[in-house]
Formats: sequence, structure tokens, C-alpha cells
Amino acid sequence: MTETVFGTAPAPAAVERIQATYVAQVQRRRLYGGLTLLVFVLLMASGFTVADSRNAGGFWEGLHQIGDYPAEVLAEAWENRAELPGLMAKYLPALIETVNIAAVSTLIGAAAGLILSLLGTRGLARWPRLIPLFRRLSDILRAVPEIVIALVLIFVLGGGPVPAMIAIALHTAGALGKMFSEVAENADLKPVEGLASTGATWSQRMLLGVLPQVAPNYVSYTLLRFEINIRASAILGYVGAGGLGYELRNAMGWGQGRFDDAAAIFILLFGTIVFFDQLSGRYRTQLSGGAGA
Amino acid sequence: MTATDLADAKHAAATLFRRKRMMCFGIPALIAAYLVYIFFAFDVPGLAQRASLDNALTLASDSWSHKVHVTRDNSSGAVTYSVEGERKGRYPDGQRPDWVSGTETLTIDLGAGHMVRYLPGGRTEIALPDKPLITAQSEGRRVITNLPDDLPDWISASDRRVTITTPEGRITLTGARTEVFNYFPGWELFWFTLDSPYHGQSLATILFGPRLDPARPNITGAVSDWWHNDMWRHKDVAWAIGETILMAFLGTMGAAMIALPLAFLAARRFSPLLLVRAATRRLCDFVRGVDALIWTVVLARAFGPGPLTGALAILITDTGTFGKTFSEALENVDSKQIEGVASTGAKPLQRYRFGVIPQVVPILLAQVLYFLESNTRSATIIGAITGGGIGLMLTQAIQTQKDWEEVAYYIVLIVLMVMLMDWLSGWLRAKLIGRKE
Repeated sequence: MTETVFGTAPAPAAVERIQATYVAQVQRRRLYGGLTLLVFVLLMASGFTVADSRNAGGFWEGLHQIGDYPAEVLAEAWENRAELPGLMAKYLPALIETVNIAAVSTLIGAAAGLILSLLGTRGLARWPRLIPLFRRLSDILRAVPEIVIALVLIFVLGGGPVPAMIAIALHTAGALGKMFSEVAENADLKPVEGLASTGATWSQRMLLGVLPQVAPNYVSYTLLRFEINIRASAILGYVGAGGLGYELRNAMGWGQGRFDDAAAIFILLFGTIVFFDQLSGRYRTQLSGGAGA
Repeated sequence: MTATDLADAKHAAATLFRRKRMMCFGIPALIAAYLVYIFFAFDVPGLAQRASLDNALTLASDSWSHKVHVTRDNSSGAVTYSVEGERKGRYPDGQRPDWVSGTETLTIDLGAGHMVRYLPGGRTEIALPDKPLITAQSEGRRVITNLPDDLPDWISASDRRVTITTPEGRITLTGARTEVFNYFPGWELFWFTLDSPYHGQSLATILFGPRLDPARPNITGAVSDWWHNDMWRHKDVAWAIGETILMAFLGTMGAAMIALPLAFLAARRFSPLLLVRAATRRLCDFVRGVDALIWTVVLARAFGPGPLTGALAILITDTGTFGKTFSEALENVDSKQIEGVASTGAKPLQRYRFGVIPQVVPILLAQVLYFLESNTRSATIIGAITGGGIGLMLTQAIQTQKDWEEVAYYIVLIVLMVMLMDWLSGWLRAKLIGRKE
């Protein structure tokens, strides 16, 4: 259509027709956009109303109380500020446990994710027929929230860091397995073929042909996961898996709560999360700067 | 190339190789050392003692099977039959499972030749294949049996309590009560409880057969009885899943709406004032660093437990995350498109609308949709803390330590829910952005 219209002088009728279609198209798009927006606003409004009605306390009654609890905690912490360093030292072992849970589960999860991703990527897989199996496996691992596995394992293994570690590692394996395999799909297969022609085994091909290509991205994703896992590890502690979250629950659970303890834990947790975010953020920019990820 | 150059190059190569070798062996060695430290720090050797194999076995068998209790009150002689020993699962008066027979003497057939007989006067006889007959008499708070002193490991006995575990079922005897547990595969009463007229009817009967309950048409009655099933609480479960998805939806979308203007304030391109920029960024960092756990705890004090608290906790945390990632996306917009729009004489607002928004919307939408899926999982976890949604139901079911079939049911539902949201967010992304990742 464009060839003929723009090639010769367009007849006025054609221009009008094009104009009319254009206007109609714009109007239809506006209508659809408006309708989508309307549906969205309705969903948000009704969702808010439902959530508000099913909540123990209402939104508008609670709104002005948001500051009360932090203010009380801070006030009490300020009163006992001399004890704060001591309290923080007291909770240092718990903090180390929380970070350890995150670190180990990230390590194990990344190793498992690496294997899952290589086995589930077209062109690299050891057993090409089993690709769907490994993909579904990592989908399912990714879909199970950590808390589910953690709670079940706490029942079987008793409390402590191990259930949380296993739970987070399983979820990490699934999540990283998917991200890793997206990276591996774009890997250049020439080195792999070259290695295959020398008679290299599958693991040698992966180790020498694929890993050097994908390593910067993999490390970057793993660091990002580590940030996420620190938060997850703190939360799982709150449901009984040890570490800082567990101490926080105890500090909160005593009647009105021991606010100075809670304040010390809040500060430690906040500091740790920000510290590791910054650290891993710096390394990730370095890695992506070097590799153009 | 001179000899010195060559020597230099050789030396450089040797250093490089040394460094690589160090890396290749050093990093795995470090990781191995760390894992050894963790092995002892987490007390993995002590795990064997703390781990409870019995719990694991109960969990594994209960999650896919159910048991029917036949309980005799030894003082009154009254016998009750109930699924999982729960009041809600009790057989109505005059009804009993078909593997129980007799009137004065009740014979309970556990299958494969395992028989238990309830005799009048608190007496019990247990006949197991190829084993001598076990008899027991309840007297007051004691149980008197003919069991020998040397007991096999499937019987545990004291003079207060005797437990016999067989492949077909379990028998517990105390002075006050005699109980037989008969195990069956499957989730019993999943559709209808025993008091519903539709229990035990086939689907065809309910759909096409005569009216089972004169007051109601079959289909409406069946749906309503299933929906209000006391054992499985389908209505509450559906609400809980709805609450969890609602938390994720409200939190993610609310966060995106608040974060968009913040991102403009934090992006160097659009916000000339250093002070405003720095303040917005620090605010985002702070909100993100405090983390959903602490927000949940703080907000639960103000709003009480429930889905709204969870939604707000997600909203606040993700406002920080979105603020950061959105502003990064805004910094990376291509200025050519803005200049092009400006060259047509567009005003600043129009430049944003037609020069910036079309560039960033796909990136932002992709992020928001990705978070919608990941927040469904977060909402499950937050629900367990703040008391809302399927997370709370799961925690409660696990804490009672007996409804493992319900736990299995909730886990399946949670996994399906997350996969559904994953699929939905992928579908929406493909629809709205027009390309599949």
C-alpha cells in the first residue's frame, strides 16, 4: 500500500481514508488503554477494601500508629544506649549464623543450579532427552517457597540452622538454575565443539568450554542471590530456624517486648543487609563492566 | 624480539600461570575449608540425634493416607468411629465402617488376617497371623496383658500403656481407652464429610441421579456441602489463597505506583538538584535495607495481623527496590528520541510522555511482572509471620503436627499458585511488551 501511495501523488480520497483509519486506530487504542486503566484501578480499589476488611486492624485507624512502635523502640533504645553495644555483641553469634546460613545455601544452591542449568540447556545437555525433566525440576524447586520446606524440615530435623540452609539451598538451586540456563543458552558453542573434537568428556567440555564464557554472569547472579538469601535466612529464623530472626521473635515475644534487645537486632539486621548489598553491588558492577553483561 | 623481551614475556607468562594455578586450587580449597567450618558450626554431626525418624515416617505416611479410629471408652463401653479421630470426622450414630462387625463382641478386621476383638468388660483380643493371641484387660488405670517380658520392637508396653504397630494398623491400649487405627490410602472426606448426604455417592449419581437431599437440587447441594466441608475447609483455603495473591498484587502494584515518581526524582537526567537526588536514593536504600521482616513486625503492631499488613510490608520494601531499578532504567534512556520529540516543538511534559515513557515502560513492566510472581512467594512467607493467607494455614497445620494430609494439600496448592502466577506474569509480559524472554 505504501509503495503506490507514496510513489505517485496521492489522491485526496486516499489521504482522507488513511487519516480516518489512523484516527480510528488511535481512538481504539485510547479506549483499550482507558479500559485497562479502569480495570486496574477497580482491582486496586476493591483489593484494598477486601484486604482492609479482612485485616484485624483497619488501615485508617492504624495509619497514625505506624510511628508509635518504632518511636517506643527507639526511645527505649536511646534511654539504654549505653547497653546497646553490649546487646549487639550478645547477638553477634546469631548474626553470624544468619549470614552463614545464607552463604552456605548460596554456595550449595549455586553448585546445584549450575548442574541443573547445564543439564537443562539445549546444545549442552549431557542427556538431551532429559532436558524437560531437569527444566521442570528447577521450575518446581523455584516455585516452592523456602518456608514450606523449612517448616517441614524443622519438624523432622528439629530446630536450628540446617533446615533453613537446606530450604534456601533448594530454592536457590531452582532460581539460579533458570537464570543460569538463560545465560548458557547464549553461550558460543564453538569452543565446545573444538573440545569435543579433541575427545574431551562432557565435564571437560563444560568446565573448559562453557564455564569461562558464562562465569562472570554466573558469579553476578550468585551474588544477587546471596543478597536475597540473607533476607530469607533472617525471615526463616523468625519461624524457628535459628539465627537473628529467632532472637528477634524472642525479643518481641516477651509481653510488651524487650525493646532495647529488639532495637539492637533491628540495627544489626539493617546494617548487615545494607553492607552485603553494597559489597555485592560493587562486585557486580565490576563484573558486568568487565564482561559487558 | 630481543632476549630480554623474551625473558620478560616468559616471566609474565609464568606469573600468570602461577596466579591462575593459585586461583584454581585456592578458591576450591577456601570453599572446602568454609564448608568444613560450617559442618561443625551448624552441628551437623549432632543432627542425627536431634532428627526424629519417627516424625519423618509419620509425615511420609500421613501425607498420602488417612486413618480411621475405632475408640472404646473402657469405663462406659461406648465405641466411636471417626476419621482421623476428629469430631468433625465422626460417623453418625448407627453407622460404622464395614470392616467392623458384631454387636456384643466387636470384631475389627484390619486386613491380611489381623483381627482385633473388643469383648465386653474392657477385654481386648488381638489376633495376628502366625503369632500367639494377645489378650488385654483394662482395670482402672492399668492394662493387664499376656505379653511376655521379652518384647519385639513392634510392641511397646508398660502397665499403663501398650502400643502395637502392625503393617495393617496400630493398636493403643490404656486403662481408660482402647483404640485401633486402621490406615487407608487417599485423602478421606476430601469432597464431603460423613454427615453430608452426598458422601460416598458417585459423580454420575450426583449429576444425573435422583435428588439425594429433598430440600436442594443435587448440584447446588453438592457444591455447597463441598464448599463448607468442615474437615478440609475448602472455603477458607480459597480465601487464604486469594488473600495471598491479593497481598502480592496490592504490594507490587502499589510499590510500582509510588516508585515511579521517586525514580524520576532519583535519576540524574531528570532531577537537577543533587540534594533531592541523594535524599531520594538514600530513602530508597533505607526502605529496602530495613527488609520485609522488620516492616512486617512494625506494621503488624499498627494494623494488627492480616492481609493488609502483609501487602503494606511488601509495598514498602519494594518501593525501595523499584525506586532503585526504575531510576537506573531512566538514566539509561536514549536521548535521541527525546531530542526528536523536542525538535517538533514539544513541551517538557510532552517530551516525557512521548520521548521517555515509551522507552522505559517495557523495562518497568517486565520488572513489575517479575516481582508480582516473586512476591506471591514472599506473601506466603509474610503471611506465616503476620497471620494472613495460605502461609498462616500452612504454619498452623504444621504446628498441630498431625494433619499432614492437609499440609501436603496446602503445599500442592502453594506450588500450583506460584506456578500459576509465574505463567500469568509471563503471559502478561508477552501480551503487553510483545516479546517473550
